[in-house]
Amino acid sequence: MQFDSFSDFLAMGGYGFYIWLAYGLTYGLLIGLVVYCFWEVKAFHQNFRQKLARAQRIKQYQEAEHR
Amino acid sequence: MFKWLHPLAKPETLYHFCGRLFPWLMLSAIGILLFGNLWGLVFAPQDYQQFDTVRIIYIHVPSALLSMSTYTMMAIAAFIALVWQVKVAQWSVLAIAPIGAVFTAISLLTGMAWGKPMWGTWWEWDARLTSQLILLFLYLGVIALYGAFSDRQTGGKVASLLAVIGIVNIPIIHFSVEWWNTLHQGASITKFDTPSVHPSMLWPLLISLLGFYLLMLALVCLRLRTAILEHEQHRPWVRATLGGH
Repeated sequence: MQFDSFSDFLAMGGYGFYIWLAYGLTYGLLIGLVVYCFWEVKAFHQNFRQKLARAQRIKQYQEAEHR
Repeated sequence: MFKWLHPLAKPETLYHFCGRLFPWLMLSAIGILLFGNLWGLVFAPQDYQQFDTVRIIYIHVPSALLSMSTYTMMAIAAFIALVWQVKVAQWSVLAIAPIGAVFTAISLLTGMAWGKPMWGTWWEWDARLTSQLILLFLYLGVIALYGAFSDRQTGGKVASLLAVIGIVNIPIIHFSVEWWNTLHQGASITKFDTPSVHPSMLWPLLISLLGFYLLMLALVCLRLRTAILEHEQHRPWVRATLGGH
Protein backbone atom coordinates (compact mmCIF):
# COMPACT_ATOMS: atom_id res chain seq x y z
CA MET A 1 0.00 0.00 0.00
CA GLN A 2 1.47 3.33 -1.08
CA PHE A 3 -0.92 5.65 0.76
CA ASP A 4 -1.49 6.36 4.45
CA SER A 5 -5.15 7.36 4.23
CA PHE A 6 -8.01 7.51 1.78
CA SER A 7 -7.72 11.29 1.42
CA ASP A 8 -4.04 10.76 0.70
CA PHE A 9 -5.05 8.33 -2.03
CA LEU A 10 -7.50 10.82 -3.54
CA ALA A 11 -4.93 13.62 -3.46
CA MET A 12 -2.30 11.52 -5.33
CA GLY A 13 0.50 13.72 -4.05
CA GLY A 14 -1.14 16.84 -5.47
CA TYR A 15 -1.75 15.35 -8.93
CA GLY A 16 -5.20 14.00 -8.06
CA PHE A 17 -7.04 16.14 -10.62
CA TYR A 18 -5.03 14.84 -13.61
CA ILE A 19 -5.01 11.21 -12.52
CA TRP A 20 -8.72 11.06 -11.72
CA LEU A 21 -9.48 12.98 -14.90
CA ALA A 22 -7.59 10.33 -16.92
CA TYR A 23 -9.21 7.41 -15.12
CA GLY A 24 -12.65 9.04 -15.21
CA LEU A 25 -12.49 9.63 -18.97
CA THR A 26 -11.17 6.11 -19.59
CA TYR A 27 -13.83 4.33 -17.58
CA GLY A 28 -16.54 6.69 -18.86
CA LEU A 29 -15.66 5.89 -22.46
CA LEU A 30 -15.22 2.14 -21.83
CA ILE A 31 -18.55 1.84 -20.00
CA GLY A 32 -20.20 3.91 -22.75
CA LEU A 33 -18.76 1.57 -25.39
CA VAL A 34 -19.93 -1.57 -23.57
CA VAL A 35 -23.42 -0.13 -23.05
CA TYR A 36 -23.59 0.87 -26.73
CA CYS A 37 -22.59 -2.64 -27.87
CA PHE A 38 -25.30 -4.23 -25.70
CA TRP A 39 -27.83 -1.64 -26.86
CA GLU A 40 -27.07 -2.65 -30.49
CA VAL A 41 -27.90 -6.27 -29.66
CA LYS A 42 -31.17 -5.27 -27.98
CA ALA A 43 -32.12 -2.92 -30.83
CA PHE A 44 -31.56 -5.65 -33.41
CA HIS A 45 -33.68 -8.19 -31.52
CA GLN A 46 -36.51 -5.68 -31.07
CA ASN A 47 -36.44 -4.73 -34.72
CA PHE A 48 -36.26 -8.38 -35.79
CA ARG A 49 -39.30 -9.34 -33.69
CA GLN A 50 -41.27 -6.41 -35.07
CA LYS A 51 -40.47 -7.43 -38.65
CA LEU A 52 -41.49 -11.02 -37.96
CA ALA A 53 -44.77 -9.93 -36.36
CA ARG A 54 -45.51 -7.64 -39.29
CA ALA A 55 -44.85 -10.41 -41.82
CA GLN A 56 -47.18 -12.65 -39.83
CA ARG A 57 -49.98 -10.03 -39.80
CA ILE A 58 -49.69 -9.52 -43.57
CA LYS A 59 -49.85 -13.27 -44.10
CA GLN A 60 -52.95 -13.62 -41.90
CA TYR A 61 -54.63 -10.70 -43.66
CA GLN A 62 -53.95 -12.18 -47.10
CA GLU A 63 -55.25 -15.58 -46.03
CA ALA A 64 -58.43 -14.00 -44.65
CA GLU A 65 -58.99 -12.10 -47.89
CA HIS A 66 -58.67 -15.12 -50.14
CA ARG A 67 -61.09 -17.18 -48.15
CA MET B 1 -4.61 -24.47 -38.35
CA PHE B 2 -6.44 -23.60 -41.56
CA LYS B 3 -8.59 -26.68 -41.22
CA TRP B 4 -9.73 -25.27 -37.90
CA LEU B 5 -9.97 -21.71 -39.18
CA HIS B 6 -11.83 -22.37 -42.39
CA PRO B 7 -15.27 -23.27 -40.98
CA LEU B 8 -15.31 -19.90 -39.18
CA ALA B 9 -15.76 -18.15 -42.54
CA LYS B 10 -19.34 -19.47 -42.46
CA PRO B 11 -21.47 -16.81 -40.71
CA GLU B 12 -23.57 -19.28 -38.75
CA THR B 13 -20.53 -21.13 -37.33
CA LEU B 14 -18.79 -17.87 -36.47
CA TYR B 15 -21.94 -16.55 -34.74
CA HIS B 16 -22.07 -19.52 -32.40
CA PHE B 17 -18.27 -19.54 -31.91
CA CYS B 18 -18.30 -15.87 -30.82
CA GLY B 19 -21.31 -16.55 -28.62
CA ARG B 20 -19.44 -19.28 -26.74
CA LEU B 21 -16.33 -17.11 -26.31
CA PHE B 22 -18.07 -13.88 -25.31
CA PRO B 23 -19.06 -14.53 -21.65
CA TRP B 24 -15.59 -15.86 -20.74
CA LEU B 25 -13.82 -13.00 -22.46
CA MET B 26 -16.07 -10.34 -20.94
CA LEU B 27 -15.94 -11.62 -17.35
CA SER B 28 -12.19 -12.21 -17.37
CA ALA B 29 -11.67 -8.79 -19.02
CA ILE B 30 -13.55 -6.97 -16.26
CA GLY B 31 -11.80 -8.91 -13.48
CA ILE B 32 -8.28 -8.62 -14.88
CA LEU B 33 -8.65 -4.96 -15.91
CA LEU B 34 -9.90 -3.88 -12.47
CA PHE B 35 -7.23 -5.99 -10.76
CA GLY B 36 -4.42 -4.50 -12.87
CA ASN B 37 -5.67 -0.93 -12.51
CA LEU B 38 -6.18 -1.19 -8.74
CA TRP B 39 -2.70 -2.64 -8.35
CA GLY B 40 -1.33 0.27 -10.35
CA LEU B 41 -3.33 2.89 -8.45
CA VAL B 42 -2.86 1.64 -4.90
CA PHE B 43 0.12 -0.70 -4.59
CA ALA B 44 2.60 0.22 -7.34
CA PRO B 45 5.32 2.68 -6.29
CA GLN B 46 5.68 6.31 -7.40
CA ASP B 47 8.10 7.26 -10.13
CA TYR B 48 11.13 9.17 -8.86
CA GLN B 49 10.66 11.88 -11.50
CA GLN B 50 6.97 11.83 -12.30
CA PHE B 51 5.66 11.06 -8.79
CA ASP B 52 2.05 9.85 -8.77
CA THR B 53 1.25 10.93 -12.34
CA VAL B 54 3.02 7.77 -13.49
CA ARG B 55 -0.15 5.90 -12.44
CA ILE B 56 -1.76 7.13 -15.67
CA ILE B 57 0.58 4.66 -17.42
CA TYR B 58 -1.72 1.75 -16.44
CA ILE B 59 -4.42 3.04 -18.77
CA HIS B 60 -2.40 5.13 -21.23
CA VAL B 61 0.04 2.49 -22.46
CA PRO B 62 -2.51 -0.38 -22.73
CA SER B 63 -5.00 1.80 -24.63
CA ALA B 64 -2.27 3.10 -26.97
CA LEU B 65 -0.93 -0.39 -27.70
CA LEU B 66 -4.48 -1.66 -28.17
CA SER B 67 -5.32 1.17 -30.58
CA MET B 68 -2.49 -0.06 -32.80
CA SER B 69 -3.04 -3.81 -32.52
CA THR B 70 -6.78 -3.34 -33.04
CA TYR B 71 -6.00 -1.38 -36.20
CA THR B 72 -3.66 -4.14 -37.40
CA MET B 73 -6.40 -6.69 -36.78
CA MET B 74 -8.89 -4.56 -38.70
CA ALA B 75 -6.46 -4.09 -41.61
CA ILE B 76 -5.82 -7.86 -41.82
CA ALA B 77 -9.59 -8.48 -41.90
CA ALA B 78 -9.93 -5.79 -44.58
CA PHE B 79 -7.15 -7.39 -46.65
CA ILE B 80 -8.84 -10.81 -46.41
CA ALA B 81 -12.16 -9.20 -47.38
CA LEU B 82 -10.65 -7.51 -50.44
CA VAL B 83 -8.49 -10.39 -51.69
CA TRP B 84 -10.55 -13.49 -50.87
CA GLN B 85 -13.96 -11.81 -50.72
CA VAL B 86 -14.81 -13.37 -47.38
CA LYS B 87 -18.11 -11.83 -46.25
CA VAL B 88 -17.54 -12.14 -42.51
CA ALA B 89 -14.11 -10.50 -42.87
CA GLN B 90 -15.73 -7.41 -44.33
CA TRP B 91 -18.37 -7.31 -41.61
CA SER B 92 -15.70 -7.61 -38.95
CA VAL B 93 -13.87 -4.54 -40.31
CA LEU B 94 -16.92 -2.46 -39.40
CA ALA B 95 -17.41 -4.37 -36.15
CA ILE B 96 -13.84 -3.56 -35.07
CA ALA B 97 -13.59 0.10 -36.17
CA PRO B 98 -15.63 1.85 -33.40
CA ILE B 99 -13.90 -0.19 -30.69
CA GLY B 100 -10.46 0.82 -31.99
CA ALA B 101 -11.61 4.44 -32.25
CA VAL B 102 -12.58 4.46 -28.56
CA PHE B 103 -9.20 3.00 -27.53
CA THR B 104 -7.42 5.64 -29.64
CA ALA B 105 -9.49 8.42 -28.06
CA ILE B 106 -8.67 7.05 -24.59
CA SER B 107 -4.94 7.00 -25.35
CA LEU B 108 -5.07 10.61 -26.57
CA LEU B 109 -7.15 11.88 -23.63
CA THR B 110 -5.11 10.11 -20.95
CA GLY B 111 -1.96 11.35 -22.69
CA MET B 112 -3.27 14.91 -22.46
CA ALA B 113 -4.07 14.52 -18.75
CA TRP B 114 -0.52 13.24 -18.26
CA GLY B 115 1.09 15.85 -20.49
CA LYS B 116 -0.38 18.85 -18.68
CA PRO B 117 1.34 18.25 -15.29
CA MET B 118 4.57 16.75 -16.75
CA TRP B 119 5.20 18.67 -19.97
CA GLY B 120 3.20 21.77 -19.05
CA THR B 121 0.86 21.49 -22.04
CA TRP B 122 -2.30 19.57 -22.91
CA TRP B 123 -1.32 19.23 -26.54
CA GLU B 124 1.76 19.63 -28.71
CA TRP B 125 2.07 18.94 -32.46
CA ASP B 126 4.66 16.34 -31.68
CA ALA B 127 5.27 13.41 -34.08
CA ARG B 128 3.88 10.75 -31.73
CA LEU B 129 0.78 12.76 -30.79
CA THR B 130 0.06 13.82 -34.36
CA SER B 131 0.42 10.33 -35.83
CA GLN B 132 -1.85 8.97 -33.09
CA LEU B 133 -4.43 11.65 -33.94
CA ILE B 134 -4.22 10.54 -37.58
CA LEU B 135 -4.96 7.00 -36.39
CA LEU B 136 -8.18 8.28 -34.80
CA PHE B 137 -9.11 9.99 -38.08
CA LEU B 138 -8.39 6.75 -39.98
CA TYR B 139 -10.80 4.85 -37.74
CA LEU B 140 -13.44 7.57 -38.12
CA GLY B 141 -12.76 7.62 -41.87
CA VAL B 142 -13.42 3.87 -42.15
CA ILE B 143 -16.73 4.27 -40.27
CA ALA B 144 -17.76 7.36 -42.27
CA LEU B 145 -16.83 5.89 -45.67
CA TYR B 146 -18.91 2.79 -44.98
CA GLY B 147 -21.86 4.98 -44.04
CA ALA B 148 -21.46 7.21 -47.09
CA PHE B 149 -22.61 4.55 -49.58
CA SER B 150 -26.23 3.47 -49.79
CA ASP B 151 -25.01 0.06 -51.01
CA ARG B 152 -23.46 -1.78 -48.07
CA GLN B 153 -21.32 -3.96 -50.36
CA THR B 154 -19.66 -0.96 -52.04
CA GLY B 155 -19.30 0.88 -48.72
CA GLY B 156 -17.66 -2.15 -47.15
CA LYS B 157 -15.18 -2.45 -50.02
CA VAL B 158 -14.16 1.21 -49.95
CA ALA B 159 -13.87 1.21 -46.15
CA SER B 160 -11.71 -1.94 -46.31
CA LEU B 161 -9.46 -0.28 -48.88
CA LEU B 162 -8.92 2.71 -46.58
CA ALA B 163 -8.23 0.36 -43.64
CA VAL B 164 -5.53 -1.46 -45.66
CA ILE B 165 -3.89 1.76 -46.90
CA GLY B 166 -3.95 3.24 -43.40
CA ILE B 167 -1.75 0.44 -42.02
CA VAL B 168 1.23 2.55 -43.18
CA ASN B 169 0.54 4.78 -40.15
CA ILE B 170 1.20 1.98 -37.63
CA PRO B 171 5.01 1.79 -38.05
CA ILE B 172 5.07 5.59 -38.22
CA ILE B 173 3.42 5.78 -34.79
CA HIS B 174 5.72 3.13 -33.36
CA PHE B 175 8.98 4.60 -34.64
CA SER B 176 7.98 8.27 -34.38
CA VAL B 177 9.81 8.56 -31.05
CA GLU B 178 13.04 7.36 -32.71
CA TRP B 179 12.81 9.04 -36.10
CA TRP B 180 12.00 12.50 -34.80
CA ASN B 181 12.97 14.48 -31.75
CA THR B 182 9.76 14.19 -29.83
CA LEU B 183 8.49 15.45 -26.53
CA HIS B 184 7.09 11.98 -26.02
CA GLN B 185 9.46 9.54 -24.32
CA GLY B 186 10.87 6.48 -26.09
CA ALA B 187 9.62 2.91 -25.84
CA SER B 188 10.23 1.05 -22.57
CA ILE B 189 8.45 -2.23 -23.31
CA THR B 190 7.92 -2.74 -27.04
CA LYS B 191 11.55 -2.96 -28.01
CA PHE B 192 13.94 -5.79 -28.82
CA ASP B 193 15.53 -5.75 -25.39
CA THR B 194 14.53 -6.45 -21.81
CA PRO B 195 11.91 -3.92 -20.68
CA SER B 196 13.37 -0.97 -18.80
CA VAL B 197 10.53 -0.83 -16.30
CA HIS B 198 10.95 -2.15 -12.78
CA PRO B 199 8.90 -5.33 -12.07
CA SER B 200 6.88 -3.47 -9.40
CA MET B 201 5.44 -1.32 -12.18
CA LEU B 202 5.80 -3.77 -15.08
CA TRP B 203 3.49 -6.43 -13.62
CA PRO B 204 0.44 -4.20 -13.01
CA LEU B 205 1.07 -2.70 -16.46
CA LEU B 206 1.13 -6.08 -18.20
CA ILE B 207 -1.98 -7.22 -16.30
CA SER B 208 -3.83 -4.02 -17.28
CA LEU B 209 -2.71 -4.62 -20.87
CA LEU B 210 -4.13 -8.16 -20.77
CA GLY B 211 -7.40 -6.77 -19.37
CA PHE B 212 -7.67 -4.23 -22.20
CA TYR B 213 -6.86 -6.95 -24.73
CA LEU B 214 -9.57 -9.29 -23.43
CA LEU B 215 -12.09 -6.43 -23.36
CA MET B 216 -11.31 -5.61 -27.00
CA LEU B 217 -11.74 -9.26 -28.05
CA ALA B 218 -14.98 -9.58 -26.06
CA LEU B 219 -16.49 -6.47 -27.66
CA VAL B 220 -15.37 -7.56 -31.14
CA CYS B 221 -17.16 -10.90 -30.55
CA LEU B 222 -20.29 -9.10 -29.42
CA ARG B 223 -20.37 -6.60 -32.30
CA LEU B 224 -19.51 -9.25 -34.87
CA ARG B 225 -22.47 -11.33 -33.69
CA THR B 226 -24.79 -8.35 -34.12
CA ALA B 227 -23.32 -7.66 -37.57
CA ILE B 228 -23.79 -11.28 -38.64
CA LEU B 229 -27.45 -11.24 -37.54
CA GLU B 230 -27.99 -7.90 -39.27
CA HIS B 231 -26.64 -9.18 -42.60
CA GLU B 232 -28.14 -12.67 -42.42
CA GLN B 233 -31.53 -11.86 -40.91
CA HIS B 234 -33.46 -13.23 -43.90
CA ARG B 235 -31.75 -16.62 -43.77
CA PRO B 236 -33.54 -19.58 -42.24
CA TRP B 237 -30.79 -20.28 -39.67
CA VAL B 238 -31.30 -16.89 -38.03
CA ARG B 239 -35.03 -17.51 -37.66
CA ALA B 240 -34.35 -20.98 -36.32
CA THR B 241 -31.77 -19.67 -33.83
CA LEU B 242 -33.81 -16.71 -32.62
CA GLY B 243 -36.97 -18.79 -32.40
CA GLY B 244 -39.54 -17.29 -34.73
CA HIS B 245 -41.25 -18.54 -37.86
